[in-house]
Amino acid sequence: MVAETIVKIRELTKIYAQGEIQVTALDHITLDIAAGEFLALMGPSGSGKSTLLHIIAGVDRPTSGECLVQGVDVTKLNETQLADWRNQNVGFIFQTFNLIPVLTAAENVELPLLLTQLDRRQRRQQVEMALEVVGLGDRAKHLPRQLSGGQEQRVAIARALVTDPKLIVADEPTGNLDSHSAQEVLTALQSLRRDAGKTIIMVTHDPKAAAFGTRQIHLEKGELSA
Amino acid sequence: MALPLKYNFRNVLVRWRATLATILGIALVVAVYVLVQALAVGLEKSAGNTGDPRNVMIVRKGATAESSSQVSLAQFQTIRYWPQVAHDENGAPLISADVITLISQPRIDGRGEANVSVRGLTPLGRQLRPQVKLVAGRWFTPGQREVAVSEKMARRFTGFHVGDTFHTAGNDLTVVGEFDGGNSAFDSEVWMDADEARSLFDRENYSSLLVRVTGPTAAQELLARVESDKRLPLRAEAEVKYYGDQTATALPIRILGNFLATAMSVGAVFAAMNTMYASVGARTREIGTLRVLGFRRRSVLAGFILEGALLAAIGGVLGCLLSLPLDGYSTGTMSFNSFSETVFEFRITPWLATKGMIFSIVVGVIGSLLPALRASRLPVIAALKSV
Ligand SMILES: Nc1ncnc2c1ncn2[C@@H]1O[C@H](COP(=O)(O)OP(=O)(O)OP(=O)(O)O)[C@@H](O)[C@H]1O
Ligand SMILES: [Mg+2]
Repeated sequence: MVAETIVKIRELTKIYAQGEIQVTALDHITLDIAAGEFLALMGPSGSGKSTLLHIIAGVDRPTSGECLVQGVDVTKLNETQLADWRNQNVGFIFQTFNLIPVLTAAENVELPLLLTQLDRRQRRQQVEMALEVVGLGDRAKHLPRQLSGGQEQRVAIARALVTDPKLIVADEPTGNLDSHSAQEVLTALQSLRRDAGKTIIMVTHDPKAAAFGTRQIHLEKGELSA
Repeated sequence: MALPLKYNFRNVLVRWRATLATILGIALVVAVYVLVQALAVGLEKSAGNTGDPRNVMIVRKGATAESSSQVSLAQFQTIRYWPQVAHDENGAPLISADVITLISQPRIDGRGEANVSVRGLTPLGRQLRPQVKLVAGRWFTPGQREVAVSEKMARRFTGFHVGDTFHTAGNDLTVVGEFDGGNSAFDSEVWMDADEARSLFDRENYSSLLVRVTGPTAAQELLARVESDKRLPLRAEAEVKYYGDQTATALPIRILGNFLATAMSVGAVFAAMNTMYASVGARTREIGTLRVLGFRRRSVLAGFILEGALLAAIGGVLGCLLSLPLDGYSTGTMSFNSFSETVFEFRITPWLATKGMIFSIVVGVIGSLLPALRASRLPVIAALKSV
């Protein structure tokens, strides 16, 4: 069976102009990511990993090139369309968890659902399910500061998958975690791919983390180096 | 779709250390605004409680106050027998000739002396003012050096309680009763017999006449007749209108109140702005996160404006609560109409509290406008990178 291509990147370039100096963060990148892949994106600091991830996730814009996600060229959407598109199509996991401190685990997970048509009862069901998936069904009423780092990141994973997006992107999701918590988070991501068929793109420095992926690619000074 | 209200609400509460000063500041502004307006409302209410729609007041043409008006005995006798005047069950014309004089009396709190209005009434005068009720002692007896004092004045001046005597115009007057003026202008008066007052203060004339008319048409006729009669240099006016016009005193209070509130609200707006800028600064990454999750710029904008409004509304509620203990508290001031001490109550009406709340929310919305705009315009990537 040939898996469909979920992300199709062509000649993607990102140049930051800082006065006189131009920094080429991405240099004519061409890349296909198949549905159901768990892609580990590696490379030294400053090689453009986050930049690439942000463009795929519709958070940043390239200087030139194409980036089609599920057939939609995200580089052509305007600000408002992008916001809606992100909400419906991507789950985002951050290195620093980025939970809202004043909201409980369940309320954090519910946030993206507030932008959908689901009613209160349906939202509650989805939230419960997502928290179960990451093994935190009993922590729904806890505030982020009452959770460990690993638990916070798993809540963030629940928030990323609650809208049931095909694509989940994670920027160094284990960067702030001890090895045990990292293990839990990576296992959770792995089972998302295996059991739920999600496509996952994960930026990481850590070869042990990258080993959880189904494919590894390397960025070097904005270029892919297989 | 908007951010959930609890998100904004908890953010206001969780940052209470930073927001407390602003909340208190707004509370203070609202309290001042509400109290000054409550004073104006109290003053207007006092005037509104005074007039009786069945009564007509007659004073000298051009007199700006009862105390500077004069009505002669002959004029009194003429008008008494006019057909427009109603009669009591004994057939006596319902008309009272009053003498108003000012006496100087020491205040209880030691803040020196102040002018007090003394009203001398002919026997029917009390009947024409049914809102005035005796609460202690008895009414004065005609022909005796006796007075009844408003209980509110008794609380503010020395020698005004039942059994006290006070010295004025070379004579001693005994207080035999205290009355409640029903929050009318009579709450600021001392009452005694009209002829006794005329002899005591050596007055040949009365100050004003109060007439109960037989009906609305009779009232119009009486007004027209006084106006057209060239031998009578008098002016007749519905009692309600007469006291309503005295309410002009509330206008400067309102103007002062609005001026004070406006000046203070400028400070409150800047305080709110400062607090909201700090909040946006501290939550930059959170804002970036919300945007990544799919919340639009305008949701962020609305969220922060709402948060500012919420913050200010808490201040508004607090301000109203702060001012509430003064509701019904009676106070006095020199009236520029009668040149004597006028007592009235702070009146905090539900509408006034509502206006205070609206006022606070406007302050919050204006104060959070620019910070909210900044929050909504943050570039997502830069916001995410902030610590
Ligand atoms: N806003 C910006 N303005 C100018 N240059 C930028 C900006 N953001 C990123 N860059 C540059 O683009 C390049 C790629 O940055 P990027 O954040 O994608 O690197 P990274 O691979 O994620 O690094 P790390 O592993 O340290 O997170 C870097 O050289 C960086 O300095
Ligand atoms: Mg990075």
